[in-house]
Amino acid sequence: MKILVGVKRVLDYNVKARVKADKSGIELANVKMSMNPFDEIAVEEALRLKEAGHAEEVVVLSIGATQSQETIRTGLAMGADRGILIETDDLLEPLAIAKLFKHVVEKESPGMVLLGKQAIDDDSNQTAQMLSALTGMSQATFASKVEVDGDHVNVTREVDAGLETIRVKSPAVISTDLRLNEPRYAKLPNIMKAKKKPLEVIAVGDTGIDVSSGLAVVEVNEPPEREAGVIVANVAELVDKLRNEAKVI
Amino acid sequence: MSILILAEHEGGALRPATLSVVAAAKAIGGDIDLLIAGHNASAVAEAAGKVEGVSKVLHCDDPAYEHELAENLSSLVVSLADKYSHVLFAATAAGKNVMPRVAALLDVSGISDITEVVSEDTFIRPIYAGNAMATVKSSDRIKVVGVRTTSFDAVAESGGSAAVESVAAVAGSDQVSFVGQALSQSDRPELTSADIVVSGGRGMQSGDNFVMIDEIAAKLNAAVGASRAAVDAGFVPNEYQVGQTGKVVAPNLYIAVGISGAIQHLAGMKDSKVIVAINKDEEAPIFQVADYGLVADLFDALPELSKALDA
Repeated sequence: MKILVGVKRVLDYNVKARVKADKSGIELANVKMSMNPFDEIAVEEALRLKEAGHAEEVVVLSIGATQSQETIRTGLAMGADRGILIETDDLLEPLAIAKLFKHVVEKESPGMVLLGKQAIDDDSNQTAQMLSALTGMSQATFASKVEVDGDHVNVTREVDAGLETIRVKSPAVISTDLRLNEPRYAKLPNIMKAKKKPLEVIAVGDTGIDVSSGLAVVEVNEPPEREAGVIVANVAELVDKLRNEAKVI
Repeated sequence: MSILILAEHEGGALRPATLSVVAAAKAIGGDIDLLIAGHNASAVAEAAGKVEGVSKVLHCDDPAYEHELAENLSSLVVSLADKYSHVLFAATAAGKNVMPRVAALLDVSGISDITEVVSEDTFIRPIYAGNAMATVKSSDRIKVVGVRTTSFDAVAESGGSAAVESVAAVAGSDQVSFVGQALSQSDRPELTSADIVVSGGRGMQSGDNFVMIDEIAAKLNAAVGASRAAVDAGFVPNEYQVGQTGKVVAPNLYIAVGISGAIQHLAGMKDSKVIVAINKDEEAPIFQVADYGLVADLFDALPELSKALDA
């Protein structure tokens, strides 16, 4: 089967986001951008499934500005076969992203779609669920283990009380959670090879998909600041303060 | 306004998360209908009728809803949604699994993890691991919303007297089946609703050492949490993880032991009322959010703390 993997270019997870002075969004000029960590896990899982003989092709899809090509190239360097960029400078909502993914799914007919469970910039955690609903593909979110079993997939999911396992019919949309795998680093020879792998760029307008959104960002603010705390000298002082000052115990 | 809430329940009782979603619905205003979908869950439906602020309980009983399968819950909610201006879910793993499906099927945006209701069409939600708060305004005909339960104080479980109405089940999906689960058994209170949380990080060095955390937690009647590092290292199971992509908690007291305070961990606990950090590294970022910081070796401090709590 073919596996379609979604990747998003986001602020690197080590960088603390700073709100722009005009409250229009986050300052992204001249800051380090990287592949969304959950998407790295998705690419890795796709590669492992291919290496295990369950898939013949891994296609990486990104939706974003032209620099997202770098993110796709990272996926190609890890070992994916080809990439697709749907190019847009607009920040799209998960619903629009899901519709664009559906458009690609209809063209590519993958046997599985692997997505990160959430992007660490908008923290929405919606795209996989929406894509599943729109296409009718099975849904398996927050995967910590994926096991292909013929035309079904057994997925163990991280849920609030622990782990649950569900069995879904292929094709499935699976979103990755942290412990699904540890992604490989792209080695230098593969980074060089990746430059020659096919990367198709499609302008979002050429897809014919309506990406308008009913949700508008009014403004972005800093979160409320906590007051500075104190360093206590020892456990006795800590307990005293918790009992008598903060009164929480 | 009229608001439909997918209630969550287990073991014959409503999950506390649902009571916070009702609080968020009250902030929006209008009639509040609670949907109880389950199998043999009439006790839950009855209890739901007593929840303060609820106008009506819709009860759907069918084996298809026994394991909270997203496909089945979403098709049921969608079959009912057209009468409502808002459909609300808790931002729990269960709620997050369903909410976006409902939004997509209704062809509207999903609004995840709101922390504040500004008006019936405007909400505030955290982005970038809570380092920024986005105010979003929806012009969709139905607002489909996930509610961060730690941001809304639970309504009372009594005082309401809503009628319970049966609603028809929608055919379940044949694409998914529940195989099994491995859930944690604990005497400790549930992590996201506990008044006090004691969390251990990589500094605990092993899963066995978590008994020291358990001991303190028991004395404080606290829940036990962990950083991602501790979970990844296998010290504790995944459901203990507090953070941007794990559980979000906001207890009265959060004690972080051997946790450095990475951005992603802070995202899950920085709204706690009082934060205590115990770490031998005085440069650890956790001290920047702590109200009380103790720079000490946790292997000395925890036994001392345990003794001090007996006094």
